[in-house]
Amino acid sequence: MDPVREITVTVNGERLTARVEPRKSLVDFLREDVGLTGSHVGCEQGICGACTIRLDGTIVRGCLTLAVQADGAEVWTVEGLSDSAEIAALQEAFQERNALQCGYCTPGMLLTAAALLRDNAAPTRPQIREYLSGNYCRCTGYQAIVDAIESAASQMKGAGS
Amino acid sequence: MTDKSPLTLEDLPNSYIGRTIPRPNIRRLAEGRGTFTDDLTLPRMAHVAFLRSPYAHAEIKSIDTAQAETSPGVIRIVAGEEMSRYCTPWVGVLTHLKGLKSAPQFALAVGRVRWQGEPVVAVVAQSRAQAEDAVALVEVDYEPLPPVVDMETALAPETPVLHPELGDNLAFERVVEAGDVDAAFAEADAVAEEVLHFGRHTGVTLEPRVLVGDYNAGAGKLTVYMSTQSPHMMKNIFATHTGIDEDDVRVISKDVGGSFGIKIHTYPDDMATVALSVMLKRPVKFVADRLESFVSDIHARDHRVKAKIAVKDGKITAIEMDDLTGIGPYSVYPRTSAVECNQVLNLVGGPYDFANYRAVGRVVLQNKNIMCQYRAVGHPVAFGVTEALVDSAARAAGMDPAALRRNSVIPDDSYPYTAASGIKFEALSHQESLEKILKLMDYEGLRADQAKLRQEGVYRGIGLAAMIEVTNPSPMFYGVGGAHISARDGVTIRLDPTGGVTCATGVTEQGQGTEAVIAQIAASAIGVPIEKVRVVTGDTETTPYGGGTWASRGAGIAGEAALQAGRALRANILEVAGAMLQAEPDRLDIRNAAVVDADTGSERMTLADLGKTVYFRGNELPDGVSPELVATRHYSPRQFPFAFTNGVQACWLEVDPDTGFVKLLDFWVVEDCGTVINPQLVDEQIRGGVVQGIGAALYEHCIYDEDGNMRNATMADYLVPMAAEMPDITIEHVETPTGESVLGAKGVGEAGTAGAPAAVFNAINDAIGALGGKITAIPATPELILKALGKV
Ligand code: FES
Ligand code: FES
Repeated sequence: MDPVREITVTVNGERLTARVEPRKSLVDFLREDVGLTGSHVGCEQGICGACTIRLDGTIVRGCLTLAVQADGAEVWTVEGLSDSAEIAALQEAFQERNALQCGYCTPGMLLTAAALLRDNAAPTRPQIREYLSGNYCRCTGYQAIVDAIESAASQMKGAGS
Repeated sequence: MTDKSPLTLEDLPNSYIGRTIPRPNIRRLAEGRGTFTDDLTLPRMAHVAFLRSPYAHAEIKSIDTAQAETSPGVIRIVAGEEMSRYCTPWVGVLTHLKGLKSAPQFALAVGRVRWQGEPVVAVVAQSRAQAEDAVALVEVDYEPLPPVVDMETALAPETPVLHPELGDNLAFERVVEAGDVDAAFAEADAVAEEVLHFGRHTGVTLEPRVLVGDYNAGAGKLTVYMSTQSPHMMKNIFATHTGIDEDDVRVISKDVGGSFGIKIHTYPDDMATVALSVMLKRPVKFVADRLESFVSDIHARDHRVKAKIAVKDGKITAIEMDDLTGIGPYSVYPRTSAVECNQVLNLVGGPYDFANYRAVGRVVLQNKNIMCQYRAVGHPVAFGVTEALVDSAARAAGMDPAALRRNSVIPDDSYPYTAASGIKFEALSHQESLEKILKLMDYEGLRADQAKLRQEGVYRGIGLAAMIEVTNPSPMFYGVGGAHISARDGVTIRLDPTGGVTCATGVTEQGQGTEAVIAQIAASAIGVPIEKVRVVTGDTETTPYGGGTWASRGAGIAGEAALQAGRALRANILEVAGAMLQAEPDRLDIRNAAVVDADTGSERMTLADLGKTVYFRGNELPDGVSPELVATRHYSPRQFPFAFTNGVQACWLEVDPDTGFVKLLDFWVVEDCGTVINPQLVDEQIRGGVVQGIGAALYEHCIYDEDGNMRNATMADYLVPMAAEMPDITIEHVETPTGESVLGAKGVGEAGTAGAPAAVFNAINDAIGALGGKITAIPATPELILKALGKV
């Protein structure tokens, strides 16, 4: 078996050092070693988007990224973005519109939606649908999620942020 | 005061019934602070991984674990024989499904494997990764046997018999005969015939199946944390097969990441995990990975139906059909795998008024993954058949498909009504619903657009699907056949000295909003703001005994129990208040968490003050007053076996005849699920359900090769509906409450999935019919459509 490696990562603004097996995925590392269970695992193959996290400013699949690749990097998960209130408008809209049923896809959806709104403050519905095309949701049928992102976008624009 | 008409539920002061209330308990999920079962870590928790059969059918000659035993972190390796001493086998039969047969199923295969993916060896290790490493080192010597793959030949004399002790591969057969079918076909003006195939698909809950068995040897108690829909049912099953006293078993279901009928069955790997915990006297966790889910979560559908319909004087007069379905090697325990076929026979023709019906259903065993009840059990097949027949009959009779439906649906004034198949309807609204959807979608306008676009070489189609849905099941569904599955559910409601209200119920939450609905009803029944209400679900030790969530029963059954319990608690509170305030209880009311004068509305005391007096200063209460600030009520429907709902769905789509691609343009639903408690939650159930039905119609398929191997068991290869391809869905309602309960709510969880495949199927044929094409199977992949058009 591969020897363990030491990595230093800043997770949700907190710097931590840990010893991990080189084969361990970033999402498993966050869930098992850091105790941040908000990022979920749905396929481990890069298809479902449940494991979406922010790595050095870009969203990545936590299941396809190795923990050792995050050495020296800055990682944000749904817990950190909740505490910092960065995605508060989206969360509010998701709750208001019932854009989550079981909530298993939700952290990944929120991180993806936040990335979209950073790129495009006023996306059209087809643009939202297209951007979410790597995030599987079995419960909602997506319409409520699209509605929620649309309404968060206009909210955020209204707030001038 | 005397001639005042009684207040309806919705008119009560501070009623939340019929109002959209955002679910109060979901913020934590939106912050990633839910507790899904895989989020749990217990002290000394070990992890199990399974070696699964690579063959569909084989003899196990030998198992060699020597090398695996030495792999780092390995705690224990167990195979079938040893496992059977800790977990007894089960047989998935029920007595009311006459003649249903199946064989004993073991937690780990003993002697023979019967499907690719069947668990053979369990490896327990310190971590999941270590368990998987060791699984790769286990050597099993198999002798492959000829697999029974094709359901069409499963009953042929030369086909091997899966379980020799059963004699043949026929698990179940049922025949229905009503009216004079032959005469109706002989007299018909038009007859249409179809042979239809409904592909095998599966649930693909985003959260895979997961559980942690935690046996405490000192206490002799087994606690199972499990992502499940039915904690009390699982408690009974774990106790029965591990030999632990049922009263010493506790099942706790935390957040559940989608279920749809997947998480309500007895799975061998789940049973093995719990048995391993007992064996090792420590917590053991199992999480199915996605590859395992595809070959071990139940599959559904896989029906081949030959069917025929007769029309006379512009109206449907007879249906005849033959349904064949392959269920894998075992009937699944305890709900059985005969239920889907049984439902198909019950439901075919369901929306229509006709008296002549002949149906044969056969359920056969085969060497594929197990099949059982998944969202909308049988409905998509039944309405897929019915609605395909209705469209074909309309073509044969030269009628507009909407007109044939209009002439043939059960008239709204003819209830109660017994269908030709024998099912009973209390009150439905097919006519009103049909007219409503035709108007909503502008049917005539769409037909005009369609004709115009066709001139331009654009092929668009309209698909209509009328449907009914089984909801609020009575004991006639399972209990009558001997299953320990409760049709009854209860709610216990308690008022605390804070003025807060806590409801505990046996129904469970998987995201559909059960907890919100219970809170809305309880708040309305007692007279408190919803912010005061907490709801507890998913724990056999702290909730009333009950069936859990399945067959769209949560709102209709537990909702009624919540209403009755809330009213009882309200009466208890008013009795105490009356004694304390020296007033007649019926001159008092509870509004906004305070006892008020019923006439003037002026506040007499808050519920918090009342609670504090009762709990902390009981000495102040008048003699003889014995307050009960808690009430429990249960409910189970009894007059009708099911509270049927009805609805109509319509799809507008475009087919590209060069690529076979389907573009969904619009989708409409008119649904009648009785009293609507929370319009937003109802609509979101419908939307999610429709999209699952669209998945079945266009994408989802468990593809098996002739050796019985599933060829597309990954999320990359098994396609599911994604956001970019899905349409927005417009929904309207008709409300025909059930008279069996005061609440009047019926279920809605499965309606979308029940009708959508038929609507999409009919729309595709409506589009490609102009080119002489016709599909007869779902999923309607581009390849299938190009074949139908003779292009490949
Ligand atoms: S778990 Fe990473 S994409 Fe599915
Ligand atoms: S809310 Fe359940 S998967 Fe999206």
